[in-house]
Amino acid sequence: MVVLDIETEDGQREALRRMLTIRAFDTKAADLFSDGELPGFVHLYVGEEAVGVGACSALESDDYITSTHRGHGHCIAKGLDPDLMMAELFGKADGYCNGKGGSMHIADVDAGMLGANGIVGAGPPLATGAALTSHLKGEDTVALAFFGDGAVAQGQVHEAVNLAATWSLPAVFLVENNQYGEATPVEKQHNVQNLSETAEAYNIPGFTVDGMDITAVYEAVKEARKRAADGEGPTFIEAETYRYHGHFEGDQQPYRTEEDVAIWKDRDAIETFKRRLVDAGTITEAEFDEMKAEIDQQIEDAVGKAKDAAYPDPSEAYEDMFNAAVPEISDFSSGMRADGGENR
Amino acid sequence: MSTETSSGTGPDQTKEMTIREAIRLALREELERDDDVFVMGEDVGKFGGVYEVTGDLVEQFGETRVRDTPISEAGFMGAAVGAAATGTRPVVEIMFSDFIGVCSEQIINQMAKNRYMFGGKTEMPVTVRTTEGGGSGAASQHSGTIHTWFAHFPGVMAVAPATPASAKGLLKSAIRSDDPVIVFENKQIYEQKGEVPLDEDFTIPIGTASVEREGEDVTVVATQRMVGESLELAEELAGQTSVEVIDLRSLYPMDTDTLVESVGKTGRLVIADESPLSYGTHAEVATRVMENAFYSLDAPIQRVGVADVHIPFSPALEEEVLPSGSDVEAAINRIV
Repeated sequence: MVVLDIETEDGQREALRRMLTIRAFDTKAADLFSDGELPGFVHLYVGEEAVGVGACSALESDDYITSTHRGHGHCIAKGLDPDLMMAELFGKADGYCNGKGGSMHIADVDAGMLGANGIVGAGPPLATGAALTSHLKGEDTVALAFFGDGAVAQGQVHEAVNLAATWSLPAVFLVENNQYGEATPVEKQHNVQNLSETAEAYNIPGFTVDGMDITAVYEAVKEARKRAADGEGPTFIEAETYRYHGHFEGDQQPYRTEEDVAIWKDRDAIETFKRRLVDAGTITEAEFDEMKAEIDQQIEDAVGKAKDAAYPDPSEAYEDMFNAAVPEISDFSSGMRADGGENR
Repeated sequence: MSTETSSGTGPDQTKEMTIREAIRLALREELERDDDVFVMGEDVGKFGGVYEVTGDLVEQFGETRVRDTPISEAGFMGAAVGAAATGTRPVVEIMFSDFIGVCSEQIINQMAKNRYMFGGKTEMPVTVRTTEGGGSGAASQHSGTIHTWFAHFPGVMAVAPATPASAKGLLKSAIRSDDPVIVFENKQIYEQKGEVPLDEDFTIPIGTASVEREGEDVTVVATQRMVGESLELAEELAGQTSVEVIDLRSLYPMDTDTLVESVGKTGRLVIADESPLSYGTHAEVATRVMENAFYSLDAPIQRVGVADVHIPFSPALEEEVLPSGSDVEAAINRIV
């Protein structure tokens, strides 16, 4: 996997590419969903690209991340393949989870992506566990948990931070405060001004950064990663960002106005970063347009491949439960237990 | 505190020890065998575990591999899942199974679903050890027998030892398994003694039952404490009723073949398990026998367990609700 060094010009262009890839992927996913082509629920990352890409730019390739139900952005930021992601969204056998996980459960442990997660707040304990592995094995890896502002109200998040803090584990906790926990504004869910105040309770550093600024996120996570790797324990970071789409696709969003959304779109993270790179001469407008067109085509191709790909064979529904074979499942799928014979 | 050692022993040697000591021996051997194995839970370190099961392990393996946790079941259970997904083999102690409710999110949605949901690309070698059962006057929140919940839940294996040998053999299999296994230990029988193989590679395959005593007239399929109670009863009844006693050992997967074979011989079945009767472990055993050996049955299947009540505090009440050998005897008398 390509390590993304945002301090170099190549790294900056790659970061911009990943942000654009996330936007193109999720915008396409929105279209596909509204056309009725995708099964299930789809939760999109559009607007929050600077957080995922900024954070992953500060990580080493063998570091771990845990994700949320809004995980497509984290996957792309960590370097996962959009073709396999799109196939998973379609429930195809070629997908990351062979069609068993779908949008909310894309994972690639070999790439350090420990899974998108349908349960709010479930990721931070897993990140603490990955950091514990690093500690036990004496490795240099760090585990970063992405979680939403809604998850900060979850007990297991606090347990995970407390455990990592008490044991000085190499973990980073990164709240993506996109201003809404599902349909309820953040100020109705928490009694603090900044969610990073959580850090005080665990005697670890806490920062609130501008989540629309990739560099700000990168700098904060870089510092947190260094602390973690140096054995100084976890850091709790809040990145203030905004989701342009609803909680899920199809959400009618009665809880906000288009004006509210427009205020944040004025500070769009991709536009801001692009302008900065153009001003610095790192990329030209023409090169940007070319990059964007290339990515749009890449996503179109991913959709084409996903549509053409095969669905898993129905028999695969009975595979992957355990590493060991269990007669309960094999007897069912071979028709030896009640009901199992009819569909074979 | 035990001073048992497994060094310098031949493959067939055994030693008499308690279930508690057998579990500790299994942990010691697996911690020695594999550096990726570690133990964590509340008070498992210097305190030695609330039931003294982990004992002195921390002295040999240190606080890194025998880790005391905060009273934070969701946090450390979730950490076990994350640790297992990234290459270690956690053995987690949940002090009382009644507390599993606190961390059931991490067991149900993370540990149990991880491998399937991710298309079989991850392994989840977590062992959860927890205590079950009444009899210590601990009242409703520290006395439950909840193994049906998790034996029922897809993606988790569940075992329930009844003897020191099976306690050692099943726990070692659980730790070596790449799948999540919950080991349900009945706390009333930690002091029960028996011969335990000292072979460091002695394991009992998950999914196998054991015929502990052969008989002709009735099969008693029992778990945990009820195995010992049933064996004692079988001895008392010898000469009048010939009772076959099977230790189920593994709740999921379940050794249906051994049950069916036994009922094929005896024609009668009593199921003795200290969990509530409705929708439970008893029902699963009964159904498997019905599905596979209906025409072997000469009498209705009988269940011995706890009525659908919680375990009360007063000794007078607790004794009333907990099943015992006399309940098994009554069940046998109904059908033999």
